[in-house]
Amino acid sequence: MDASILLILAQDGIVNGAIYALLALSLVLVFAVTRVIYVAQGEFVAFGALTYAALTEGQTPGALWLLGGLGLAGLAAGLWQGRGDHTRASILRLLAETILLPAAIIAATLILAPLKPGLITAALLSLAIITPMSPLLYRIAFQPLADAPVLVLLITAVGLHLALTGLGLVFFGPEGYRAPPFSDAMITAGPLLLPGQAIWIIAIALALMLALYAFFEATLTGKALRATAVNRLGARLVGIPTEQAGLIAFALAGFIGALSGILIVPLTTLTYDSGFTIGLRGFTAAIIGGLGSYPGAVLAALLVGLTESFASFWASAFKEVIVFTAIIPVLLWRSLRHGPTEDDE
Amino acid sequence: MLNVRVIAAAIALGFAAPALAETIHVGVTISTTGPAASLGVPQRNTIALLPKEVAGQAIEYTVLDDGADSTRAVANMRKLIEENHADIILGTSTTPASLAMLTVAAETKVPMVSMSASASIIAPMDAARRWVFKVPQNDSLMADAIAAHMAAASVKTVGFIGFNDAYGDGWAKEFTRAAGEKNITITASERYARADTSVTGQVLKLLASKPDAVLIAGSGTPAALPQKTLHERGYAGKYYQTHGVANNDFLRVGGKDVEGTILPAGPILVAAQLPDSNPIKPKALEYIAKYEAANGAGSVSTFGGHAYDATILFTAAVPEALKKGKPGTAEFRAALRDAMEAQKNLVMTHGIANMSETDHNGFDTRARVMVTIQNGAWKLLP
Repeated sequence: MDASILLILAQDGIVNGAIYALLALSLVLVFAVTRVIYVAQGEFVAFGALTYAALTEGQTPGALWLLGGLGLAGLAAGLWQGRGDHTRASILRLLAETILLPAAIIAATLILAPLKPGLITAALLSLAIITPMSPLLYRIAFQPLADAPVLVLLITAVGLHLALTGLGLVFFGPEGYRAPPFSDAMITAGPLLLPGQAIWIIAIALALMLALYAFFEATLTGKALRATAVNRLGARLVGIPTEQAGLIAFALAGFIGALSGILIVPLTTLTYDSGFTIGLRGFTAAIIGGLGSYPGAVLAALLVGLTESFASFWASAFKEVIVFTAIIPVLLWRSLRHGPTEDDE
Repeated sequence: MLNVRVIAAAIALGFAAPALAETIHVGVTISTTGPAASLGVPQRNTIALLPKEVAGQAIEYTVLDDGADSTRAVANMRKLIEENHADIILGTSTTPASLAMLTVAAETKVPMVSMSASASIIAPMDAARRWVFKVPQNDSLMADAIAAHMAAASVKTVGFIGFNDAYGDGWAKEFTRAAGEKNITITASERYARADTSVTGQVLKLLASKPDAVLIAGSGTPAALPQKTLHERGYAGKYYQTHGVANNDFLRVGGKDVEGTILPAGPILVAAQLPDSNPIKPKALEYIAKYEAANGAGSVSTFGGHAYDATILFTAAVPEALKKGKPGTAEFRAALRDAMEAQKNLVMTHGIANMSETDHNGFDTRARVMVTIQNGAWKLLP
């Protein structure tokens, strides 16, 4: 172990940590606004990655039909949930969200995919395909349960994760995919070998974090989300539509998940079911950070990335054990510091 | 009145001797979902191509998915035997689940043909394994082939990196033995997980140990990651992979990074390049033609070939077994087992099997060839 190995491992850990940080942020956001522990977040990583890989190869991604199906299910769920008090405007809005938007995206993809779009177009298109799935899932699975206990929401999220994994196998097949990187550039700095993709990952992660910060601090929607997170009932009393807040939180989570997938699929082979373990690391980071603090989650994610990187050098056979057991001392410390809390909402 | 009696008699007969006694029921449990889906899906597609009749007997296949989960594999097997009256079980795709199914085979006295790799499924032979056969090559056969190739290429030191699961561990064990026999030193033994986004740490450790060659023991497309990272870090030695990567998706994902890789594989992988004198060639080409006719050109994988081989083995045994009893009876099942054990020089798509009381795989060195990757295609090495 010399200084150059130390640097290389640190670089690797920070790049991976940046992805975990994005996932951890979206998990904290969704939990704060809707109290859902979004286990299915990992699936969005895999779906985004596989859709992007398919598009760069000029194939029509299977995710399109999943989007169409979810749109129809979302329409049915919306009509059923609002039965009795639908107005013409609310039905039109529902139709636009569940049918018109997915149809437009599907049409655009069907036209663009055979043309083998450039990498940026493919990435944007993948984001457009995968992101709307998340709010649709919220509408279908979580909106009817908005007032259920956290445990029920967690069980629903696990069920959703299992269902999405199965659908992933149907729509993407069992084989793994890898996509070309955004840039082939390799920057050498001393012992460091900095691939262009790593720079892209860190830059996009930082930009996204700043954008989220600005969104929550400066925009009305962002403030409404924060208000919902602080006190659901209070937010509703002052006229914030909390269901709308849930939809936005899920859309952001879907966007971040798909983006993370697009960022890492040039680095490794992803299969339909590999999103879960990546999401789990984001979850570990979110828990270590306290599931309520955004900077805490980001720092914890970097810690997870670095732990993983160094563990893979010293004891690769026990890497997963080391990364995931890191959560136990943190939970112990937290419960000793804060004492047991009766959290039955 | 007479008519009524005839109908009543027919119905009674129908209940007494149900038509299913004449049909051979084949129960199949494979992993069409879960981590082994890239093995299970071509196997399921292969089952759809299999003969529906052998020696005048109709054959009925029931395919269940176990998701590479041992508990579900055992539950599937019990269901297939109890509810579908299976005379033989084909499956499953992975070693841990196959091992869990052993005891059920012995307990119910229904023979089973596994499609997973580890030799531990059929060795050491005991009362339970008496009922179990296995069509893929033993890991040890493949590990010996790699070690022999390394020795011939004067490789003295090898770095090992494998999956952090039964596949990688099995290979680590087998290869350590095979390398020891050839006086090859293993300089580093690393593990990584299928879904890892980075193997930089492991690769640095491998590079630091300066091996002449690196052996990557992973299956399917995730096995390309260590090779890509080694390339990036400028490793200039030889690359070896295992037969777990022998499908076209690996070539697609690996691209330029996997050129020149050497691996052992079943002869079916390069069937068209085999000499015409090789009896495996026509069998393998026949399977490839059937599979691609149904699933599209270039869709075939060696893993589906194991399902085809399992059927070759059991259909070869059916005529002999029919002499001893009717399908659905314990006698038929026992006779089927005996007849499978008696098969000699049975040509399959992956090799030529000579079964015996102690060897329920029966493959010899004809069941593997050394292959390299050249211009994005598999090429048979002499």
